[in-house]
Amino acid sequence: MTLSAPLRARSESEASRFPALLARAEQLAGTVLLGEHGRRRAGMGDDFWQYRPVQAGDELRHIDWRRSARSDTQFIRQREWQIAQSVTIWVDQAASMRFALGDDLPEKADRARLVALAISILLNRAGERVGLSGDEVPPRRGEAQISRVAEALLREGEADYGAPQTEGMAAHGRALFLSDFLGDIAPVREALTAAADRGVQGVLFQVLDPAEESFPYRGRTIFESVGGTLAHETLKASELRDKYLARLAARKDELRTLCSKTGWQYGLHHTSDSAQSALLWLYNAFDGGHGR
Amino acid sequence: MIIGPIGFTVPWLLVALAALPILWVILRAVPPAPIRRRFPGVALLLGLRDDDSVTDRTPWWLLLLRMLAVAAVIIGLAGPVLNPRDEGDTVRTGPMLIVLDASWSSARDWPSKSALLDTMLAEAGRASRPVAVLRLTAPEPPVFQSAESWRSRLSGLAPSAWAPGPGDMAQAAAVLGDTSFETRWFSDGLAREGRDRLLQALESRGPVTVHESAVPVLALTPATVEDGTLQVTARRVSPGPTREISVEAHGRDPSGVPRLLATLPLNFEAGATEATGALTLPAELRARLTRFEIAGQSHAGAVTLTDDSLKRREVALIAGREDREGLELLSPLHYLEQALEPSADILDGALMDVLPANPDVIVLADVATLSGAEQAALLEWTEQGGMLLRFAGPRLAASDVARSEEAPLLPVRLRAGGRSVGGAMSWGEPKALAPFAESSPFFGLPIPDDVTVSAQVMAQPDPTLADRVIAQLSDGTPLVTRKRIGTGQVVLFHVTANAEWSSLPLSGLFVQMLERLAVSSAVALPDLAELQGTTWQPVQVLDGFGTLSEAGTLPGVDGERLISDTIGADLQPGLYEGPDRRFALNVIAPDTELAPTTWPARVPVTGLERPPEAPLGGWLLAGALLLLMVDIIASLALSGRLAPARAAITGIVAATLLIPGGAEAQTQSDRDKALLAASEVVLAHVLTGDPQLDEMARSGLMGLGETLFFRTSVEPAAPVGVDLEMDELAVYPLLYWPVTPDQPIPSAEAYVKLNDYLRTGGMILFDTRDANVAGFGASSPNGRKLQRLAAPLDIPPIEPIPDDHVLTRTFYLLQDFPGRHSGRPVWVEAAPPDAEQVEGMPFRNLNDNVTPVVIGGNDWAAAWAMDSRGNPLYPVGRGFSGERQRELAYRFGVNLVMHVLTGNYKSDQVHVPALLDRLGQ
Repeated sequence: MTLSAPLRARSESEASRFPALLARAEQLAGTVLLGEHGRRRAGMGDDFWQYRPVQAGDELRHIDWRRSARSDTQFIRQREWQIAQSVTIWVDQAASMRFALGDDLPEKADRARLVALAISILLNRAGERVGLSGDEVPPRRGEAQISRVAEALLREGEADYGAPQTEGMAAHGRALFLSDFLGDIAPVREALTAAADRGVQGVLFQVLDPAEESFPYRGRTIFESVGGTLAHETLKASELRDKYLARLAARKDELRTLCSKTGWQYGLHHTSDSAQSALLWLYNAFDGGHGR
Repeated sequence: MIIGPIGFTVPWLLVALAALPILWVILRAVPPAPIRRRFPGVALLLGLRDDDSVTDRTPWWLLLLRMLAVAAVIIGLAGPVLNPRDEGDTVRTGPMLIVLDASWSSARDWPSKSALLDTMLAEAGRASRPVAVLRLTAPEPPVFQSAESWRSRLSGLAPSAWAPGPGDMAQAAAVLGDTSFETRWFSDGLAREGRDRLLQALESRGPVTVHESAVPVLALTPATVEDGTLQVTARRVSPGPTREISVEAHGRDPSGVPRLLATLPLNFEAGATEATGALTLPAELRARLTRFEIAGQSHAGAVTLTDDSLKRREVALIAGREDREGLELLSPLHYLEQALEPSADILDGALMDVLPANPDVIVLADVATLSGAEQAALLEWTEQGGMLLRFAGPRLAASDVARSEEAPLLPVRLRAGGRSVGGAMSWGEPKALAPFAESSPFFGLPIPDDVTVSAQVMAQPDPTLADRVIAQLSDGTPLVTRKRIGTGQVVLFHVTANAEWSSLPLSGLFVQMLERLAVSSAVALPDLAELQGTTWQPVQVLDGFGTLSEAGTLPGVDGERLISDTIGADLQPGLYEGPDRRFALNVIAPDTELAPTTWPARVPVTGLERPPEAPLGGWLLAGALLLLMVDIIASLALSGRLAPARAAITGIVAATLLIPGGAEAQTQSDRDKALLAASEVVLAHVLTGDPQLDEMARSGLMGLGETLFFRTSVEPAAPVGVDLEMDELAVYPLLYWPVTPDQPIPSAEAYVKLNDYLRTGGMILFDTRDANVAGFGASSPNGRKLQRLAAPLDIPPIEPIPDDHVLTRTFYLLQDFPGRHSGRPVWVEAAPPDAEQVEGMPFRNLNDNVTPVVIGGNDWAAAWAMDSRGNPLYPVGRGFSGERQRELAYRFGVNLVMHVLTGNYKSDQVHVPALLDRLGQ
């Protein structure tokens, strides 16, 4: 926990800049659990909704005696029906995320964790249940959950490139995938398809380093993956630039197409930009269905 | 091989330069080593192919850099030499004779001469030539030895302070021997007799080369005195363009340390060989002169020593009767003053007043009796070498001095009454002077016929009388007697110093006699007759470079040789001490003529400079190394591995840029500080370097400021600490200076500022904080420190604060001034001595100004100190009485600030009733 403390503190400070985010739930049915989304009708919940005259079938214990004493009829105090959503987050912990161009920029993994935890805090504050994909941290509420999420986020993966996990994803919940998506695209496609099958909607958030966008290399170079499993040698790195950029653009297009097919949203973030812009974008993405 | 001024020792190596273009092609083709980079996007790169199999080429400028480096290495190894010595014809074989003039004039460029000599000897050593050295100032038969042995003795060949005389030249020509040799003659550039003969003698034995410096010879003739100023004349050998030189006058300061006393610029006009200037010096300084020297000329000819002849003697004139006002011609001192005035400085005053000035001569004109103390002091002065000159007169004749026994300060016993001859009531004619005896210092002086003596005091016949008479009358009665006392002497003229008793004072003989007695003679040089038969001992001698050294065991010389002979090995220039004076024998006499050498056209004359051989190989190789360093950096930069280095360089550059910025900020803050202090009333305390004490002083002044703010119309800003070295003081009305034993003493500049501050109305409150300054004893460390701190300050006399001082009533009526301690007096500027109480006034009218210092030890700042909420920081006393004491301390502070700001305004208020009274009219 000691390691997670600064991460959490920074996330708190990121999260504190936002108003409470009430993730809009499109799927009301399904994971119906008590939450703080006002359903704009009477039901189970904490907030006052309305007083209504007692009808037959009401239990006596529901009568609001204070209100009833002011008039001749008895009233029942109704509360707003509230529900909560489950949000499952997958953060790529693979070696490829542990890369930064210079000392000034954070590693991609660092940025992804920060953004993930910040959005977790926002969601948790809004009453949503947040968890990580996989079995370890299923969606729950409360401050303790944030600590669990933070702790789990700090684990680093062994693999060179990560693949999204769909285990533990609640059906009809929402999901957030954070990765650079530079590895094999097949697992991503499978994961998204599986998620769409289970009615999960979410956000695909690609975090890239500026070096990966600009390819600022020249001369004779041997490129190695961070994990060291892949290598590619070129005599003239500057000649490769255009080809690489074309491939990167193709990868982005592919992801975007995949998202539009499955009803997900696609976001791109560079570590040279501020974390807040990423959080803001995610905020809009999760709140995006509001107007629909 | 020689190209232009550059020769190569290994020219064939230059062929390698042809390989450079091949190197160019090779370097171009070799690709740089690959860089390993971590890059997550490599997954996208897999399968991509390079279009062109040729690598990135090395940039042309890097190639050029490497080419240059390689070229520099090749050329450097080829051994290039700038100004290679063409040793084709000057190298000769066989023995070599080196002739050195070795005179004072050679000393002016001795370093370059000895350098050239050294290289010559080195060359001769390489060529295995035997070498002999002949110094013309000390000619000895040449001994041919190996050059190396001469090289080790090079320092012993230093030039002498004299020039070779004709005899030396002749002897040198005579001792040359029969062997033939090559001659190198190091000339000093001055023409002298015998040079041609020696040249012929040398040329008969082999070729002669002359090495002569082009540096012109400057010489300084002895300074003379004319009309009370020192005339200094410099000469040069050949007329040239206008030249400015400066002559330095060296002497001893009162403590005996040699110092530069004055500088005199001299200007050689174009074409002139002589430059003269006049130097006016006070007699005190002139008496302390030891030598003149042309600045920057390090040879004996540019130095002239001074002796007694430059000193004006100080003569104290003391007369027995001063009561006959207005009768100048009858004054006993009139003729003496007339005689001495042109050549001596005359001291007036009482005997005991002039004795500490240590005059050379004291003249007592008709002074009969001396008090015991005067006599003892005079006797001691005489024994130390003073010359006491006494004149007789009516008083001496009438007194009982030296009647029965010899008085210590009179040379002979005197008979009562004296005698009078040739007067109306006496027999006989006035007596004339007898010719002076040979033993007399006056020997040889012509005696005018009209000098007669009509009255005199008479000497008692004594066994010693005959020895002591140095002048007598024609009838054999002593006229002038002399006795030596210690190293001094007493001389008695048996007549008056005025024309009453004799016509001697009216004659020129009187002046000459005074000169001979060395009363006024110092200006004149001793003449030959005077020097005959005397022996003079050298005290200090000059060497060729013009530095004085102790003469050591050099033998004394006959007096006449000092004038008649030329200087040489047995008559070295320097200071000589004779019977009763010193004589300076200089290298350059007033009549020394300087002329340049003229060599016949057949003799090659070269300067002392040779363009030095400069091997360039080292420079080129170093340059190549440097280029390779640049290449390393450039290669790193090209392959992108320079990032850490770049960060370091950026850091260094940033640090360099930051430093002046910091200094600027410093002055800016100083200015702000002064600006703040000038726009508000700011109390200041002196920073002592003790942070705790400084904080206490600051909070103390803050507490006082708060008190002033609440109680008076003075509203001071926050107090500041003042650094005496850096800050402007004039803007602070009051400085509080707590004294600690270990605070640094401010610098002299800081004291100048402090004194300015005190003189222009500032006030310093010294606080020793130990309640123990009362007696001003050095009893406490703080008190001692205060004395040392305040010693350089311009502080007027001070006194314990009087009851009616304005400080007791500037705001509150106070009688004591406690701080944390109480009861000790406070010291302020003393009241003027004429301050007295006027009838009807409650107090005296004291100083018109603010007292510049207030000194006490009551630790006021501690009593004043309060924190930001107004709570006192330090306890004072106990209970209510302690609070009362603190209150009184505040009142003292208020009074003090009021006093600083209003001066003696409250004192002037006593006049208010009178003023109102007048206004009412």
